[in-house]
Amino acid sequence: MSGSILLPVRATFRAVAVTVVPEASSLGPDAWTEVERVVEQSLASRPVTMQRQLVTFLRVIEYLPLLRYLRRFTRLSPEHRLQVLAGLQNSGQLLFRRGFWGLRTLIYLGYYTRDDVQSALGYRAHRDGWSARRTTGEVRAVAPPGDSSPHDAI
Amino acid sequence: MLEKQYDIVIIGSGAGGGTVAQELAPMVAQGVRILVVEQGPKLEDHEFTGRERDMAESLYEDGGGVLTADGTMTLAFGRVYGGSTVVYTGTSLVAPDRVIREWCVPGLEHADVERRSQKFMAQNDVHFLPRVLINENNRLFVSGCSRVGAKAEQFPLNLKGCKGSSLCNLGCPNAAKMGTHRVQLPNAEGLGVEVVTRATALRLEERVVVLRVSDKLPGSKGLQSSWTPGDYRVSAKLIVSCGGSIGTSALLKRSPVTARIPRVGERFTCHPAHILVAEHDQPITNDVGHPKSYYLDRSENEGYVLETCMYFPFITAKNLTGFGAEHSTLMRAFPRLQMILVLACDKAVPGNFITVDTQGKAVVHYTFTPAVIRSLVSATRMSARIFFAAGARRVHAPSADPPLIEREQAYRIDDLIVERHFRPGRISVSAAHLMGGCAMGMEGTAVTDSRGRVYGVPWLRVADSSLFPDSVEINPYLTVMALADRAAEGIRADWGELGR
Repeated sequence: MSGSILLPVRATFRAVAVTVVPEASSLGPDAWTEVERVVEQSLASRPVTMQRQLVTFLRVIEYLPLLRYLRRFTRLSPEHRLQVLAGLQNSGQLLFRRGFWGLRTLIYLGYYTRDDVQSALGYRAHRDGWSARRTTGEVRAVAPPGDSSPHDAI
Repeated sequence: MLEKQYDIVIIGSGAGGGTVAQELAPMVAQGVRILVVEQGPKLEDHEFTGRERDMAESLYEDGGGVLTADGTMTLAFGRVYGGSTVVYTGTSLVAPDRVIREWCVPGLEHADVERRSQKFMAQNDVHFLPRVLINENNRLFVSGCSRVGAKAEQFPLNLKGCKGSSLCNLGCPNAAKMGTHRVQLPNAEGLGVEVVTRATALRLEERVVVLRVSDKLPGSKGLQSSWTPGDYRVSAKLIVSCGGSIGTSALLKRSPVTARIPRVGERFTCHPAHILVAEHDQPITNDVGHPKSYYLDRSENEGYVLETCMYFPFITAKNLTGFGAEHSTLMRAFPRLQMILVLACDKAVPGNFITVDTQGKAVVHYTFTPAVIRSLVSATRMSARIFFAAGARRVHAPSADPPLIEREQAYRIDDLIVERHFRPGRISVSAAHLMGGCAMGMEGTAVTDSRGRVYGVPWLRVADSSLFPDSVEINPYLTVMALADRAAEGIRADWGELGR
């Protein structure tokens, strides 16, 4: 499979993504492109069959609601989209549960590895560790990194 | 195909391969040519950025998300110079006496494993972190345990100059973790052992490793391989497979010369794990400081171990059950999150094994046994009690439906966290401690003897976690090093005959 994996199902992917991560609705066009690039890059190293399964699964999500709501997924209200995805997550069929788990994991990968998103969450891990916090004056003084005397209990 | 010749080829550079390389390195001075083959790249210090996606892609096989055959569990293992010792948290525990006795491997005594483990603890600067460097995520675990009547124990860690970046699982950005990439491999190279990176062992032939050296992809991390990209036929008097439980088992399975060795791929086991999350009212220090400083060992009677942990936003999001507004709300509470890693001590069973597909790629068949599900649920209940005892406002429990349990519901933990809510495919389970596949034991019942000598194949040894005949029930790297040390000792003893 070459070229964009998500291109044929992009509208469904984005509709699922904003249901899985509501904040994704505020992403601009460039940010969406970046999210999709990350997802596709992750898929690129996986077997072609898995890439095809993802596209097929997104098509199933798009058309499955016709049976119940007489509308495609992308034309559903947010509430009905939630119900469709919850149905997949809690399905009695492992295939559906597994498929949805994989899809939402890819969406989380594309969204939560973004620097701006991680900053907005308050995630501040820094290579300088305690020193980085100390310079902001918010953390108690800590022993120098070289101090590693053993002790048994807190 | 290019031809190369060595005396000893070691496949893999992690806890097993790095140890064997170091322990055999003095033989180079006697004219023995030794090569280490590593599938992944060697990263330069400045390339350890701590960025979640970049580092996961660069250091782990499949970014840390290798799926089992039925897709219900992900497996994480390193694919880099230093193997998984680059991406662990440095927790250094000696295998319990009880476990080694239960393994029943002729010639393997606990005292010997312990003595060798202590040798590597000294070599790797293993010590306890001083109290002042323990963050609140860990302190809350200790106080929570204490309040529920349990005693948390402190992990000995192999750190030197730890700055508390909290980024251990993404490769320490400060070169503070004493993995084989920092200690054993440089020691071995200093004595003349050669290392070729970006080199995949395609198959074994009689006293030959066929390998493929790959080019560095544009934009990827790591040094170019010292060998020109292409396929090589490397002959050796002895081959030592140290590719880990999955790597070694798959290599032997896909090689015609070893594919018929009985029991290869069997007795695969791991420590299936949940990441549990609790929300506090106030921010805590969680993404600064060493993430895994304490544990609660309930392996002997209840089949689980709880460890402190702190993961990165994507890994956290992936491991929370569910999606939508509730999931987002918990993610936005990141500075207030406390985390516990729940590890189930799984016993090797016939239904869990490693094989290869038509392309020779490893396929891990794994099903959660009722005992594992029971352990995970029991461990989740205990974790919830610890979280609430530590003052948490709410707890996220994968085996509850809905997964969020409020403080006011704490008295109903046993009713809310139940086995029927453990639904594979709905909840996230991952494992990083992969064991078995080339188990040690008696001839006729196992793949190797207690020194990794493969029965019936005199030119082949195994020295990695695939040797474990069952779960080690603790973080395994020191035990791998101890067994690799024994394997190296066996090679030195046998070299008079092997080296002819």
